[in-house]
Amino acid sequence: MEKVITGNTAIAYGAKLSRAQVVAAYPITPQTTIIEKLASFTADGEMDAVFIKVESEHSAMAASIGASATGARAFTATSGQGLLLMHEMLHWAAGGRHPIVMGCVNRGIAPGWSVWTEQSDTLAQRDTGWIQYYCEDNQEALDTVIQAYKVAETVSLPAMVVIDAFVLSHTSEIVDIPDQALVDEFLPPFRPAWKMDIDDPHAFNALVTPGEWFELRYKIQRAMDQALDVARQVDQAYGRVFGRSYGVVESYHMEGAEVALVTTSTITSTARDVIDAMRGEGIPVGLVKLRLFRPFPVPDIAAALRGVNKIAVLDRNLTFGQCGVFAEEIKSALYGSGLQVPLFDYVLGLGGRDVTPATIRQVAEHVLTHDAPDSPIIWIGVKA
Amino acid sequence: MSEQTLLGHRPNYTLPEGELLIPGHVACPGCGGALSMRYALKALGPKTMVVIPACCWSIIAGPFPYSSLEVPIYHTAFETTGAMAAGIRAALKALGKEEITVIGWAGDGGTFDIGIQALSGAVERNEDFIYICYDNEAYMNTGIQRSSATPYMAWTTTTPVAHPKDEPKKDIVAIMAAHRIPYTATATVGYPEDMIRKIKKAQSIRGAKFIHLLAPCPPGWRAEASDSIRLTRLAVQSKVFPLYEVENGKRYTITVWPEPEVPVREYLRLQGRFRHLSEEQIQMIQEEVDESWTRLVERAGGRCV
Repeated sequence: MEKVITGNTAIAYGAKLSRAQVVAAYPITPQTTIIEKLASFTADGEMDAVFIKVESEHSAMAASIGASATGARAFTATSGQGLLLMHEMLHWAAGGRHPIVMGCVNRGIAPGWSVWTEQSDTLAQRDTGWIQYYCEDNQEALDTVIQAYKVAETVSLPAMVVIDAFVLSHTSEIVDIPDQALVDEFLPPFRPAWKMDIDDPHAFNALVTPGEWFELRYKIQRAMDQALDVARQVDQAYGRVFGRSYGVVESYHMEGAEVALVTTSTITSTARDVIDAMRGEGIPVGLVKLRLFRPFPVPDIAAALRGVNKIAVLDRNLTFGQCGVFAEEIKSALYGSGLQVPLFDYVLGLGGRDVTPATIRQVAEHVLTHDAPDSPIIWIGVKA
Repeated sequence: MSEQTLLGHRPNYTLPEGELLIPGHVACPGCGGALSMRYALKALGPKTMVVIPACCWSIIAGPFPYSSLEVPIYHTAFETTGAMAAGIRAALKALGKEEITVIGWAGDGGTFDIGIQALSGAVERNEDFIYICYDNEAYMNTGIQRSSATPYMAWTTTTPVAHPKDEPKKDIVAIMAAHRIPYTATATVGYPEDMIRKIKKAQSIRGAKFIHLLAPCPPGWRAEASDSIRLTRLAVQSKVFPLYEVENGKRYTITVWPEPEVPVREYLRLQGRFRHLSEEQIQMIQEEVDESWTRLVERAGGRCV
């Protein structure tokens, strides 16, 4: 069934179709309409879930952890400041190996206040042990919630499904709502190996001495390694059932490309149009879309970029004192891959400043006309 | 379990005999918190799930992979007890296991201070759980630092004798009663029948319940381990820690009348944390205790036990 819905509504449908059993959430712009939709789904009986209207995002994540630890499929959603407030419990969710799925709407971090899109909030959580997906459109957001549960529950790690503030969260598109029976077949009920159980009582997360701690961290990394394979397989299986798959990395017009633009989220859609136009003009540029950020798909990104002379990474985020996060990660991934070509880091669109086809054309022309970057960050549109 | 005396009579125990706190816990000698858990679980039984934030009990329960409780424990972050218990309760509802009791088990720091937001949120939503605070009146697990539950004029490592705590203890029961939750009570291990009756009563009521336990800490109170029970009884008899309950935020009942009545001096003198007090300061504490007691008796409509 097709509906015209916003990205936030698409994420809410993803949670409903995944049969989340507990939703614990707190309002924050621009995420709020996700939980409003889930509140009405549960109140109307369309969704069989317990909705906890907690008093903060920190408690939203704590309650989600409690629910997941007790054997219920848990969902929450947040944005910006709320995600930062959750930080301690994000580690708890991953360290406790609770496969919670969370919708995250990227928002600039205060101060001053910003409600507009920027990826610095979710990227600041990259070391917490959460799987992270960045979605390009509303259909992908819905599909990714279902995929994320499947991956998360297979490897016992939590997952974020990330969309851009307003550009997706509040923008309506045609979205195919998958058939519930097919989703049920694809995503069976949550059956954790370990849970709070009065018939088999254990203590979860007790004090861990140096004699055991190291191994627990090692196992999280092993689960992340496994998650990369699982994410690829789940995406392919999803494609077979629902007719849509996205890859963990997607190459677009990369055949014969001498220059690659690397994008995430909605900037990808805009870039597709620019690439189409430039290819029409005979310019050998291609596009690589990064969809899965944690675990970082090192072999996939290296394979996608093989053969290019130059790489342009478009970062709607910044780690102060270094550069854009995606550029930093891609440089790290390519080291030792044999692909030693100039990598240009374009920081653009911070705090929701528009990234238009003209902005991307400016990036493409810059990289085409320079042999190497003359600074670690190339600022696009900054009024310096 | 039945036990026979030499005369062939079965002792008439007033407390449930089952034990869910098992040997191997790592509490200090005389720990009020450990005894509190023992009695609480005797009252609650095995169909209980326990949420423990950072507090002495994070240690007492035992390191990974051990547990000194024969019920499931979720060890959680310091400030999250109310929210974590709410999440567990929601999952039990979703899974059709509503007969299980969920308790939050936190110290005074995790309750009066860092955890009060999640606690207030959970009880305001009337989540169906029992929040039990075992109050040892300071951050004992980190080595005796002042909390908002530390009594007026007490010594701690952050309120040294030259500058003892200058503020009264936060009235957590009044805060919980102000949330109009179904049941709030005080209890302590020196009166175990009263404590167990209250915990069983809390278990029988749907919605949010709060139990405030006074739990002596011999190292932190600078007291003898052998005096822990005596201290809880003196706390009640001196009216420093009256035993009462509040139903729906309105109906106050004093459940144990202080008998014999003793001056606060009797309670304070067994504790090194009050050793520096002058006569004048003890008198000030006595006046404050008397005033609070008068207010409580008025609210309770006089003596009814």
